[in-house]
Formats: sequence, structure tokens, C-alpha cells
Amino acid sequence: MLDPVIASRLQFALTTIVHIIFPVMSMGLAPFLIYFTWKDIRTDDPVYEQLRRFWTKIFAVSFVVGTVTGIVLEFEFGTNFAAFSTAAGELFGGPLATEGMMAFMLEATFLGVFVFGREKVSDALYMVSAVAVGLGTWLSAVWILVANSWMQTPRGYELARESGQLVVSLVDPIAAYANPRFPWMFVHMQNAAVLSVALFMAGVAAYHVWQRGISADDDREGARFWRKTLKIALVVLLVTAPFQAIHGDAYGRHVYETQPQKFAAMEAVWETDSYVPEYIFAIPTSLDGITDPRAKELFGIGIPGGASWLASGGDPQAEITGLNEFDTEAPPVAIVFWSFRLMVAAGFWFILLAFWAAYRWWTDELYDDDLLHKAFVGSSLLGIFAVEVGWIVTEVGRQPWVIQGVLRTSEGVSPGLTGFEATLTLAGFAVVYTGLLALYTYVIRRIIREGPPSVDETAAGSEAASPAGVTGDD
Amino acid sequence: MTDYGAFATDPLFGLPLQELWFGLVFFILGMFLFLDGFDFGVGAIFATRDDDEERETLLAAIGPFWDGNEVWLVVFGGALFAAFPAVYANLFSRHYLLMFAILGALILRGLAPEMYEQRHDEAWQTWWGRAFVVGSVSAPFFLGVFAAHWLLGVESLLSLPGVVVGLAVVALTVVAGVGFLAMKTRGSLQRDVADYGPRAMAAYLALVVVTLGYLVAVRPDLGVLAPVPLALVAVSLAAAAGYLLALREGRYTLAFGTVPVLVFAFVALVATLMFPLADPATGLTVADAIVSVLPLNIMSVASALLLPLVFTYFGILYSTFSGPIETGESYS
Repeated sequence: MLDPVIASRLQFALTTIVHIIFPVMSMGLAPFLIYFTWKDIRTDDPVYEQLRRFWTKIFAVSFVVGTVTGIVLEFEFGTNFAAFSTAAGELFGGPLATEGMMAFMLEATFLGVFVFGREKVSDALYMVSAVAVGLGTWLSAVWILVANSWMQTPRGYELARESGQLVVSLVDPIAAYANPRFPWMFVHMQNAAVLSVALFMAGVAAYHVWQRGISADDDREGARFWRKTLKIALVVLLVTAPFQAIHGDAYGRHVYETQPQKFAAMEAVWETDSYVPEYIFAIPTSLDGITDPRAKELFGIGIPGGASWLASGGDPQAEITGLNEFDTEAPPVAIVFWSFRLMVAAGFWFILLAFWAAYRWWTDELYDDDLLHKAFVGSSLLGIFAVEVGWIVTEVGRQPWVIQGVLRTSEGVSPGLTGFEATLTLAGFAVVYTGLLALYTYVIRRIIREGPPSVDETAAGSEAASPAGVTGDD
Repeated sequence: MTDYGAFATDPLFGLPLQELWFGLVFFILGMFLFLDGFDFGVGAIFATRDDDEERETLLAAIGPFWDGNEVWLVVFGGALFAAFPAVYANLFSRHYLLMFAILGALILRGLAPEMYEQRHDEAWQTWWGRAFVVGSVSAPFFLGVFAAHWLLGVESLLSLPGVVVGLAVVALTVVAGVGFLAMKTRGSLQRDVADYGPRAMAAYLALVVVTLGYLVAVRPDLGVLAPVPLALVAVSLAAAAGYLLALREGRYTLAFGTVPVLVFAFVALVATLMFPLADPATGLTVADAIVSVLPLNIMSVASALLLPLVFTYFGILYSTFSGPIETGESYS
């Protein structure tokens, strides 16, 4: 049996790592679906109805899995982290309740209209439903990130002890909820979601272009659909990929200023120093050193002064406080260090990929470069991967704190929880969520293989086919 | 620091906010039990249908609704967390395995219809059909156990009163599902479904009577025989009679209209018997467990602004998909 603290932390990690995939899909797809719906209503071009219907299918499946895995997270604060919930409920419960009422309700009700109601409502109400669903997914992120960012940079609270128990009470809601981390997180997360979905769309489209040998003037069924998907995804990728890197750089400086211990873990800096190199790569010489990426006897490639330069925004002499300087134990440094590098490497790869594809587009070879298509196919899930490792930096990096500087994660776990119960549910989730991911993958692959509805099945396509203008759908 | 003045120190408009929030939490639970309740009932009735087209019709009947309905449970969790964090934390951690049983059932119920429609071969649909039924029946059962254990302060995973109330809630969801489907279907399916109504109602009433008898005999401290609980029982009986009469006369919309009365009477009974305690197992009262004035005022303003919007969304959703399911209308 595992210790209930370890089991609870692993379970929360597992359930969040799986859950975040689905909101990334729905938040990232939202702006695309709003655009497709708008164009579908405003033009006679059947490709927009194809785009809307095809990507709505993927959205709907993602949303369902996101709902059932999301409720788990909301309940886990109570089941596994009762001490945290009791202590911080006054600050933390409000944003969660507001998320439910303001965002989730909007999203879930209008999703019914959006998925099932095209034939039943007017164009205007259908457009409203697309916007409402999209807005709902993004408002959800607002409130979840308000709650999370407060844990990273807590403000607006007072600490008291009531009968020996720590109570965090809300004294300044504006300071608490408009805390310094929130805008950084929100922009980084939403851009990451759109970027991840753009990569996914580009990967799926490139797969069809590559496998079917679709060329620029190909008029086979579906050819135009996949070319259009690839181009739209590419335009979005060209904007979001560079933006993510520029924004991430500034975000890093904010972390350096507000969570120095996390920043030190990201760079694996143990002793306070200036002119700290940025290690791109570091290998310990023995397995013992695996948890300490910058242990002495290692092989590494570092840019002199690089970490200091990044932390301060241009000064290679800037001082970075080492992990040994803090009163609390360091977070698991290797996890934070490597996750950070994987995220950054993925981010640079996305920029390269975007520029490569843009160059091919410019030279009219976008549909001819199979190496590019293979690169897109291979990168289709890398956006989600980067989101995962990015969140690992954020959440593992703030350990041992659940609320930075206020409450340790180990003190937040439910006091009555036994190792048996916690291990049992952890094992249960490991099995159920593996099955869930396998099913989700299976279903999405089927939808992708099946491709979009044919042009004749669309309203515009069937009107064009029958001179009398009788629609074939009804 | 911003000065919040009286907003930070006095309840909004001098309202009894603690009691209102206790009521609101149970109201939200009632909304969930009413709306997702008929989805669960449809899931139970699904077990009695083996014709493909009829099964598709049942799934199509709840297709646009169930996701929104389930969000009431999310809001219940959120509202309990925001207003009574200690109750949320104690209750959920004390019923650790039960909570995950509820979550597991909801995962199965949510996933199954989506999967069912993915492939149309027999083995696949048989298994996902079964999963849909199991999820739809076990979710309200565990929720009933949860409600009983909350009220009675039981700490074990299962108990006799827990099982009885669990079954009562399952019967109640079937009552709701029958009402909903009788309204949404036509022809032989409609007649078959309506036939289940009296049996489900008889089961519900019998289980409630057993529960009340148990409470009178074993837990006189709860005061079941006080005027308000008795009035709620009377309201339930009147609604049950209305339901049965309306079903017999084929007035299905009216029959479905009695369902919220039954559900809210049930939830109000639990809340009334519990009050002034908010977590009987630990003896925490509503006044002990409520958050301080400032967050309570904020949440009151937020709810007062947002809940009317939520009802508008549901109004749009339900009016879009009003009327009977047309033949050939499928889940997705």
C-alpha cells in the first residue's frame, strides 16, 4: 500500500494529466468552429459546412470525455485534499462554483443546440450557439486559472488558526482573484490550446495529403477539404507558434520574480550564483546523478550566462537564488528541469515547422513536400505534449507548496484517508483512464479515417447538384 | 488594499444568507436529480428495449440534454465547496470510495451513448448498451446512498438505510424517465414505457415508506413527525397520485410535470431533517460551516446574476428540442 499522501498526489497528477487533453482540444477548436460556422452561414461554399461538421464531431467527443474526467477533479479536492479544501475553501471554492455556473452551464447547454440543432434553429441562433460554446470553454479556463494562479501567487488573504487548524480567509477579493500570475497563465494556456489544435489539424490534413497524394489542383472528393484544413491550420500556427515563444520568455521572467524556487528548479541551480549558464542539455555520469541534472560530473552543453540573461531579460550577470538557499526542500528538480527543456524544444520546433511550411506555401510546393507532411503528422500530438510538460513545470515546480508559501501539499491531504483507499482508487484510475485514452484515440482515429461528409451531403452541395434547389438532406 | 466597507462585514441586504445557501445547495442538488434523473431513468428503461430503432430513439431523446443536466452536479460540488468548504471536505473525504463509485458510474453513463453510436455491429452495441444501463442505474443508486449517509452520519461504504434510499432514488429516476419518454415518444414505444410508470411509482413509494418507518423507529431525534416533513410527505403523495392519474389518461406532459414536485419534495425532506446541522457525522452546523461574510456576499451576488442566465440557457435548449422525437432522428 502506498502512503496516502503519495497516492493522492499521484492520483491527482494522473487525473489532471489525462483531463487536460480534452479541454485543450475543446478550447483550441472553439475559435476554429466559430469561424467555420460563420463562413458556413455567410457563404455558399460547401467546404465550410464540411469543416464545421467534421471538426464538430471531434469537438463533441472531446467535450464528453472532458466532462466526465473534469467532474473527477472537482471532487478530488474534497476526497483527497480535504485539509486543503477546509483551509482554503473560502478562496478556492468560489472560482470553482463560478466556473460551473458561468462557463460550464453555457458550454454544455449550447453544445446541445450546436451539435444536434442545425436543422432546428435559425442561422442567427445557430451562430449564437457556436459563440456560446466557444465562450464557455474559454470562460472555464478563466475561472480554473484564477483558482490555480492564486495558489501560485497568493494575495488578498489573511492567515488564522481556528482550534489548531489553519484557515485562509479572504480579505481582498480583487487582489486575490486578479493576482499577478493570472494574465500570464491565461494567455500562455489559451495560445497553447489554439497552437496545439492547429498542429493537430495540420497533422491530420497533412496525413491525408501525403497518403492520397493530394495536389494543388486535385478535385477528388475531400481533396479541397484537406487542402483548406492544412492552410487554415498553417495560418494559425504561424501566428501562435512565435507568439508562444515570445510570451513564454516574458512569463519566465515573471516566474523568476514571483516564484524563485521554481525558477531555480527549472534551471537546476543549487547554489546562488550570478552569470549562470543556460544548460540546453545535461547528462550525469552516473545514475545517482539523474535527479540532479547539473551535478558536478556531467556532460552538458551550456550557454554561458544564459540562464541569468533569461531571468533578468538581458543581463548575463544577474543573480539566481539557488535551491539550497530556501528553507523548504527543493521540488523534484530533474522532473522540472527536463520538462521545461522539452517544452521549450517543442516550442522552437513548432516555429521551425511553421516557417518551413510557410516557405513551401510561398514557393507553391505545400502539397508536394512529403518530408514536410511527415513532419506535420509526427508533430500532430506534440502541442498537447508541450502543454503537459509545461503544466508539469508549473505544478511540480511549486512543490512542496500547494499554496505557495502558505500550505504544503503534504499538509493538504485528507487526514482520515487510508493508504488502502488511496492506493485502490489510484490503481482504479490507472486502469480506467488507460481504457479511456485508448477509446478516445480509437474513436478520433475512426472519425479522421472516415473524413468529412461529401460535398453532396452538404446543404450548398446538394442545392448545386439539383437545379430545382431541393435540398437532399431533408 | 481595497476597502469593501459593509460588504465585507454585513450580509447582503441583511438577508439570512447562511440558511439561503443551505437551501440553495439542496436546490441545486434537486435540479441535478430532476434533470439528470430522467436521463438515468431513460438509461434504466433502455434495458427493456431490444429493438435497434427504439434504442436509437431513447438515446436521441436525451442526446442534446444530458451533458447540460449533469453540470448541475458540478455546480452542486462547487456551491458546497464555496459556501460550506468544511462540509464539502469532510463529506467527500469521509465517503471516499462512495464518491469514486459515483464518478465511475457517471463516466460509464457519459461515455456509453457516445461509444454506442460509433460502430453499428452487434457485439459492440450490446456491450455499450449494457454499460449505459449499468452507469445509469448505479449513479442514482450511489447518489441515494450518499444522501442517506450524509443525513444519517453513516461512515461505512454501505448500510441498510443507505441501500434502501439508494433504491428509492433509482425508482424515482425511473418514474422521471417514464414521464419524460412518454412525452417524447409515440406509438407502441410510448405505450410500453408508460406501462412502467405505476410499477416504478409503487416501488418508490414503498421504499420511501420503509425509510420513513425506519427513521421514526430508530432516529426519533430527526423529527420525521414534525409538521414540515409531514407536509412534504403529503405533497409527495399528492404528486404521486397526480402522476398516476395523468399517465392513465394519457396526459403525459402533466405526468412529467409532477416529477419535479416529487424530486424537490424528496430533497427538501433530506434538507429539513438535517437542518440546523450541515454535516451530522461531525456535528457541524450550518452556522459553523458557512464561510465568512465577504466571500458569501460575493457568491450571493454571483449566483443572483448567473442563475437566471443558466435558466435562460436551459429554456433555449429545451425549447429547441421540444416535441416528440421524429423517426430516424439519431443520437449524433
